[in-house]
Amino acid sequence: MKQTTRKAAAPGRPEKYPPDWLGMHRMMLLIRHFEESVRSLATAGAVPGLVHLCAGQEATNVGVIAALAKGDMIASHHRGHGHCLAKGANVFSLLAEILGKDAGLCGGRSGSMHFIDLDNGNLGTNGIVGGGIPLAAGAALAARARGGNEVFVCFFGDGALNQGLLHECMNMTAIWNLPVVFVCENNGFGEFTAIDDVTAGPSIVARGEVFGIPSKMIDGMDVRTVFTTTQRAVARARAGKGPSFIVCNTWRFGGHHVGDKQDYKMDAETKRWLARDPIPKSGKRLIAEGLTTAAKLKTLEAQITTQVRDAVDRVRNAPEAAATRLAEHVYG
Amino acid sequence: MVEPRVITFREAVLEALFLEMHADPNVMLIGEDVGAAGGVFKQTEGLFKTFGATRIIDTPISEPGAFGMAIGAAMAGARPVFEVMFGDFMTLCMDQLVNQAAKVRYMSNGRASVPLVLRTTMGTGANLGPQHSQGFYAWAAHVPGLKVVVPSNPADAAGLMRAAIRDDDPVLFFEDRMLYTAKGAVEADIPLVPIGKARVLREGRDITLIGIGRMAQFALDAAKRLAADGIEAEVIDPRTLVPLDQEALLQSVRKTHRAIVIDGAPRSYGVTGEIASIINEDAFDWLDAPVMRLGAADTPVPISRTLEPLWRPDAARIEKAVWTLLS
Ligand SMILES: Cc1ncc(C[n+]2csc(CCOP(=O)(O)OP(=O)(O)O)c2C)c(N)n1
Repeated sequence: MKQTTRKAAAPGRPEKYPPDWLGMHRMMLLIRHFEESVRSLATAGAVPGLVHLCAGQEATNVGVIAALAKGDMIASHHRGHGHCLAKGANVFSLLAEILGKDAGLCGGRSGSMHFIDLDNGNLGTNGIVGGGIPLAAGAALAARARGGNEVFVCFFGDGALNQGLLHECMNMTAIWNLPVVFVCENNGFGEFTAIDDVTAGPSIVARGEVFGIPSKMIDGMDVRTVFTTTQRAVARARAGKGPSFIVCNTWRFGGHHVGDKQDYKMDAETKRWLARDPIPKSGKRLIAEGLTTAAKLKTLEAQITTQVRDAVDRVRNAPEAAATRLAEHVYG
Repeated sequence: MVEPRVITFREAVLEALFLEMHADPNVMLIGEDVGAAGGVFKQTEGLFKTFGATRIIDTPISEPGAFGMAIGAAMAGARPVFEVMFGDFMTLCMDQLVNQAAKVRYMSNGRASVPLVLRTTMGTGANLGPQHSQGFYAWAAHVPGLKVVVPSNPADAAGLMRAAIRDDDPVLFFEDRMLYTAKGAVEADIPLVPIGKARVLREGRDITLIGIGRMAQFALDAAKRLAADGIEAEVIDPRTLVPLDQEALLQSVRKTHRAIVIDGAPRSYGVTGEIASIINEDAFDWLDAPVMRLGAADTPVPISRTLEPLWRPDAARIEKAVWTLLS
C-alpha cells in the first residue's frame, strides 16, 4: 500500500508538489473495505470485545493524515482503525490485533481500542474519551524541547468536546505555541446522545477561538477540503506559530459499535449523509479531472478487496495469543 | 413475607432504584446515556419515563465536573446516584472522590455529609480489555470516609442498593457486568440489606472460601464440585468491604481452620491481603494452615480470548487451591 505521508516540508510552507488525490482515494477505499470486513467478523463473533467502526469518516481520517509528513505523529481514539491505516499500520498486524491474535501488533493484548503503533507515528487508539489529546500535546512538547519540527495531531469525537482535558490542553498548547492540530471528528453523536443535547453554545469553533487558536469548521465528507485545511494548519504549526483547531463535520455510517441498533438516528438524516459518502464523491472527481478512469477505479477496488480478503484469511488462521503474553511488558 | 420472584441482577438493582426514587424525591440519577437511552447496559431502563429529566440526568462526557456536581448536590440535600459507565473511568472522578466526597463529613466536624452513591460496572469475561475491565474497589476501600459495596447476587445487590441510597455517607457500589444476567430469587418488596454484614452463601466445615463479588459465585461453583469429593467448603460473601464484617469471617475460620480469600482484582496490595491479615491477627490460633490468597495477575487486563481467562481466578482454580491447602 502506497504511503500517503511524506517527508517533512520546509517549515511554515504547505508542501509544494501536487496532492496525491488518487493515493488518498485509495486509502479511503482501503479503510472502507477494512471496516466492512471487521464488521462481518464481529457479527460472526470473531472479534473479542467491542468494536467501533469509522466507515463514513474516511475523508477526515485520510485528509488530515495525508497532510502530515513522515515524522509527524497522531493520537487517535476509540473509532480509530482509519487513522491507524492512514498512518501506515500494516493491514494484517492491525486486523490480527483487533482479533486478539498473537501476531497482532500489540500481541493480542490490546485489540481495536488500544492499538499503539509508534513506528508509524501513532500514539494509539484509546478507550478513554479524550485520552489521546494530552498525549499528542505532550509529544509536541517533547519535540520542541529537542528542537524538532514535527507536527502532532489529536483526533477526537464531538463527545470529547465536553471533557475538561481538551480545554486544559488547548490552553497549554496555545500559551506554549506548540505544534498541535486539534481535529474534532464531529459525527453528531456520542454513543446514543445527540451533540446538541450535551454541548452548550452556538459554536463549537468558538471553543478553540477563546484560546486564540485559529479554528475552523469544515465539510468532513470532502477529502480535499480536509486535506487543504489541515495542510495550512500543519504549516502554521511547523512554523512555530502554535496550535489550530479543525472541526470536521462527518457521519458514522454504522452504529456506535457493531451491534448498536441506532434507533436514535433519524432515517431522513441518515439518508442525507449517505448521499454524501466521501468515496464515490472523490472517485467521480478523479474521473472528471482525468486522474483516473472508471475502469481503473474498478481494478483498484478489486485489488483492495483481494488485499483485505487475504489479510482476513491469514488472520483467521493465525494462532490466538500465547499464554506467555499475559505477564510480558508490564514493566521494562 | 412477600413471595420472591426469580429475576436478574440488573432487573433487581433497577427495581431498587425505582423503589427508592418513588420513596424519596431527593433521589436523583446522574450519568452518561442513563436517561432516554436507558443505560448502555439497559440498567436504567424506564427511569427517565417515570421520573423525567429533572431527576434522571444525562451528562456530557465530563466525568470530573459531573461527579463534582453530584457531590455538591449531595451536600445541598439531594441523594444522587452517580453512574460511571465503566469502573475504569472512575479514575476521572478520583480527585473529587478522595479530596472532597470522602472528607466532607470529617472536615466539617460532622456538620455536613455527602449522601451519594457512585455506581459503576467492572469485570472480565467480555474481552473489553485494559481500559474497560477494572474494578477499583480496593483503591476506594483505602480511602477513609468511603463505604464500599461489592454484591454477588440479585437479592443482595438490590437490598444493598436501597441501603446505599439511604446511607448518609458516600457509598461506592461495584457491579460485575457478567452478573447482570445472573438470576436469583428476590422478594417483591426488596428487603434492605444492611451495609456491613457478610452473608454465608453456603455452610461447610472443612474450609472457608471468602469471595469478593463474582468470585463468591465461583467459590460456590467450586464448593459444589468439592462436595462430590466429600469436602464441605463454607462460602462467605463479605458483600461490603467497608465496613467489613470481620466477625463473620473470623467465626467461620474458627470453625473450619482454613481459609482462602478470592478476589478478581490484581492480588498485590489488594483486598485479599487485608482480609488475610485480619484472620492472621485475630484467629491465628485456630488456623491449621496459612491463609491463602487468590487474586488476578498483577498485569493490565488483556483483550485476547485466550489471555483474559488466565488473568483472574475461576472455579477450577479455586478448587485446585483448596486441594493444595488441604494437602
Ligand atoms: C472517559 C470516558 N467516558 C465515557 C466513555 C464511554 N464512551 C465511549 S465512546 C463514547 C462516546 C464518544 O463520542 P464521540 O467522542 O463523539 O465519538 P464517536 O463515538 O461519536 O466517534 C462514550 C461515552 C469512555 N470511553 N471514556
